[in-house]
Amino acid sequence: MNPARIVLSLGLLGLCVLFRQTLEADPASHVLVQLPLLAISGGLFVAGLGAGDLRLAEPLANALSLVAVVAILFWMLPRYIDAALVDPAVEAAKFISIPLLAGGSFAFGWAKSHPFLRGFLKANAISMLGVLAFLYIHAPVRICNSYLVADQERLGFAFLMTAIGLAIAWAIPLFAPPPKESLLS
Amino acid sequence: MGSFIRALLPSCAVILLGGGVVWSATDGFRAFTEEGARRLNVSENQPAMPLLVLEDMNGDELRLGRDTYTTDKITLVWFIYTTCPTICQIAGSEYARLRDRLAQAGLGDRVRLLSVSFDPLHDRPQEMRGYAETHGADGVIWTVARVRPGDLDLMKRSFGLRVISDEMGGYQHNASIHLIDRYGRLTDIFDTGDVNKVFNAVRTKL
Repeated sequence: MNPARIVLSLGLLGLCVLFRQTLEADPASHVLVQLPLLAISGGLFVAGLGAGDLRLAEPLANALSLVAVVAILFWMLPRYIDAALVDPAVEAAKFISIPLLAGGSFAFGWAKSHPFLRGFLKANAISMLGVLAFLYIHAPVRICNSYLVADQERLGFAFLMTAIGLAIAWAIPLFAPPPKESLLS
Repeated sequence: MGSFIRALLPSCAVILLGGGVVWSATDGFRAFTEEGARRLNVSENQPAMPLLVLEDMNGDELRLGRDTYTTDKITLVWFIYTTCPTICQIAGSEYARLRDRLAQAGLGDRVRLLSVSFDPLHDRPQEMRGYAETHGADGVIWTVARVRPGDLDLMKRSFGLRVISDEMGGYQHNASIHLIDRYGRLTDIFDTGDVNKVFNAVRTKL
C-alpha cells in the first residue's frame, strides 16, 4: 500500500475530469494526453495498492495485458471518440473503463507477461500508430465528426511522433547494459 | 500439451471476448466512425423524419419530412451555409449535374432537390437567392431553403447532422446527400460526388 501513489492517481483522474473540455477541444490532446493520463491514473492506483508485489501466474498476466490492449483499441475507434463528446453515458464509460481496464490491467499484468507477448505488442503498437498516422494525415474525409480536418491532420502527425518516440524509447535499452526492471520493459 | 493449452486459455478468452465487444460496438466491423454508424442506421432502419417547416428563398413555406403534403415526391437534401467557401462551392456543380440528369430522365416533377441552410440567422432569403443564382438553382426542381432557428436542433438530431465552427468564421459539417422517400423516411445517405448512385436510387424508389 502506497498512499502517495493513490493520491496522485486520484488527482490525475480528477484533473482529467475537471479539465475535460480543454483537453477534448483538440483531438491530439484528447487522444494522446487525456486518454493516456486516464490510463496512468488507473495504473498508479493499482501500483499504489501493491499489485506489483502480487504473485500472478504468467497466463493470467498475459490475459490482463490483452485486456488492456482491447480497452486501448476500443477507445481508439473514431466512433467512440466522437460519442464520448456528445453522449454523457459514453463519456462516463470512458472515465471508468480506461483507468480500470487499460491502466489497471496493464499495471497488474505487463511486467509478468511473457517476453514474447510484450515484444509482439510493442511492435504492434508502433506499426498501428504508423498506420493511424497515415490514415489521419491522408484521409479524404473527416474521420471524427467533432473535429476539423486540420486538427485531424495534426493528430496524424502526433501519432507519427508517438510511434517514433516509442520506437526510440524501446530500442535504447538494446544498446545499454542489461537494465534492471524499468517502467517500459 | 494440456498445460500449454491451459497457459493460453485465459488469453484466448480475452481475445474472443474483446473481439466480440469490438465487433458489436462497430456493428460487425462495419461502422468505425460516427458517420459510418449514421449511414448504416439509416440504410437499415429508414427512420421517419419529423415534419420540418422550412422557409425557401422566396420566403415561402416548404415542408419536409412526414407530411401528407409531400408524399408524392422524393426529396434530396443536403446542408449548406451560403458563405461556405470550400466544399459547398465544388458540390454545387455536382448538384447541378444531378438536377440535369433527373430532368433529362423526365423525373423532374417527381423529385425535388433542396439545399438547406443550417445557418438561418445569416442566410435570409436574399442570401439564399444569391447562392441559388451562383449555383444555378432555379427554384423549380432545385431550391434553397433555411431551417427555422427553433427547429435547428430537431433537424440536426433527426438527420444526424453535426456542425462545428472552424477558425475562420465558417463551419465544417457532414457533406452528404440525404434521400427522403415518398413516405417521409430517410432511406439513404450518399457522398456528394455519387451522382450516379443517387440517380439510380431515385429511379428505383419512385
